Amino acid sequence: MRVMARVLSNSVPFPLKRARAGVSYADLERLERGAPAPQRAGRRALPLSHIRSLSPRPLALLACLLALLLALAAPAYAQLRVPIDEGHLNPMPVATVDFIGDNAQTQTVGRDVAQVIRANLERSSLFRNIQPGAFIERIQAMDVPPRFPDWRIIDAQALVIGQVTAAPQNRVRIEFKLYDIFAEQFLIGFGYTTTADNWRRIAHRISDQIYEQLTGERGYFDTRIVFVSESGPRTRRVKRLMIMDQDGANPFFLTSADAMVLTPRFSPSTQRITYMSFETGAPRVFLYNLETNRREVLGDFPGMTFAPRFAPDGNGVVFTLDMNGNAEIFAMDLSSRQRRRLTNHPAIDTSPSYSPDGSQITFNSDRGGSPQLYVMNADGSGQRRISFGDGRYSTPVWSPRGDLIAFTRQGSGRFAIGVMRPDGSGERILTESYLDEAPTWSPNGRVIMFFREGRGEGPRLWSVDLTGRNLRQVPTQTEASDPAWSPLLP
Amino acid sequence: MRNTLLALAAVASVAACAGRPDPAPTVNTPAPPVAEQPRGPVPGSIEDFRVSVGDRIFYGYDRFDLTPEARSVLERQAAWLRQYPNVRILVAGNCDERGTREYNLALGARRAAAARDFLVSLGVAGNRMETVSYGKERPLDPRANEEAWSVNRNAHSQIVSGAVS
Repeated sequence: MRVMARVLSNSVPFPLKRARAGVSYADLERLERGAPAPQRAGRRALPLSHIRSLSPRPLALLACLLALLLALAAPAYAQLRVPIDEGHLNPMPVATVDFIGDNAQTQTVGRDVAQVIRANLERSSLFRNIQPGAFIERIQAMDVPPRFPDWRIIDAQALVIGQVTAAPQNRVRIEFKLYDIFAEQFLIGFGYTTTADNWRRIAHRISDQIYEQLTGERGYFDTRIVFVSESGPRTRRVKRLMIMDQDGANPFFLTSADAMVLTPRFSPSTQRITYMSFETGAPRVFLYNLETNRREVLGDFPGMTFAPRFAPDGNGVVFTLDMNGNAEIFAMDLSSRQRRRLTNHPAIDTSPSYSPDGSQITFNSDRGGSPQLYVMNADGSGQRRISFGDGRYSTPVWSPRGDLIAFTRQGSGRFAIGVMRPDGSGERILTESYLDEAPTWSPNGRVIMFFREGRGEGPRLWSVDLTGRNLRQVPTQTEASDPAWSPLLP
Repeated sequence: MRNTLLALAAVASVAACAGRPDPAPTVNTPAPPVAEQPRGPVPGSIEDFRVSVGDRIFYGYDRFDLTPEARSVLERQAAWLRQYPNVRILVAGNCDERGTREYNLALGARRAAAARDFLVSLGVAGNRMETVSYGKERPLDPRANEEAWSVNRNAHSQIVSGAVS
């Protein structure tokens, strides 16, 4: 019986594109025995445990089911996997050791990396960290297998070890390995060389590798959130664009306090943001390039433009243009700047959001008498209503997996975040309060972030799992609204 | 009464000073003899429009149709704007917080357009008016209750230029 392990499709070496000034490139190589790291000729792979056979992604579900069946009969040979829909009920106990360092600086980095990994795993609610105080074995070298019984006895099912070593030109090399304790097997290992100040991103990368290995789904830790930072009294609110890491680290402003901004959204494929600003007086859709820090107005329109979102390929934006009180949905190609009208109805048509394959658009319209959710083909044809429940529906956002649409539902004086299938079936409410608004999807479609406002209180960012569990506040320094989750960073 | 007049005079003199290159301090000057009728805003001024005419109309929840009260305010606005033909205005549509952001931007635009269209029907040239929507971003009343929301659902006619100063 071969135990299957997956090596992920994003595990090829990647030069990290510059995500912002000061963050430099990292090199990744897979740690394995005998073979050179893929596409890294000339670089010596570290002698480590073997990586087992590859399982193509479509087989992952089958593998998962198989593993589940096997788990009943032969636990020692089952694939170590946390069931993603029920993992929070029985989180997998994981031991993450402070990464070994070869000097004071790398020891500090090693502790910090382990801390960020633990925080990510814990926040997912699928994992439970075993407290380092309970560890019996003291890991002192990367190339020696751990003493599995020492970890089994403290109930660890997975073990993460790692090391940080100084590299030339003020760089560090960060390596990790993940072990299945009960199977006594090495699962995956990777090494990254990067500038020392880039350690946080490496910690998120490692977290994603662990998450992917143990859940069978893509991770979402190496991502960022753009949102609106709010301050000042409600009647004279100051709203600025701010961006931060998914865990709240590294926040900084993108726009000044001079102009109110709303509704930022990431490009699913490029380092760009689109948002609405009052910078020129009336609402206008802007584009912001995160690599050049340049912003520009999108198009020259006779009325106000708002509610922008990127097309999945990042080469187009769909948005609302209001002309004389009639809001209609338009699409614009960013290369040719050609615009195309998609709706033509005297009612409000707004909040468009593409399906991930770009073939359809969900939007908000009150053409039926109250705001409801609609779906149309990307050329505007085939417009049909999909929401028929009680209440008023708005802010539809298509899941990056394509199978669900998240929305805000308003009724009985409360606002809720929910999901439904693109045909309107299977509606589920995930959260509800005085005001929950503006869902945004994690790139793997497992977590939804939104903003919540108590009566008379300022807004804060919150996240909730697709299961409706694991509701928690996202740390921000200021009051915050309109979150948008980035794709996995390049 | 005397105190009120004093205060009015003080405010008037402070206002008169604003923007002028530092005249002698006039705040402590005794109140001059005042006419029997308390002075209202200067006719044709922004204050005149705001106080004597009314610069806001109000809407029902998720509505953009004009109530009888709103129509009578707009009729006064139209008459005033016909009287002062150099005045240009910006009509801003506003919403309460009990709607989502983008929907409210569209709803505010509808409210502004409804007010503007009615003014046009009363003979105010369309090129004297611009419209904008602030959605739920600029509440007049910061509180979170029905009274505040009813005030925050409005169209606000703001004078941009051409008023008597």
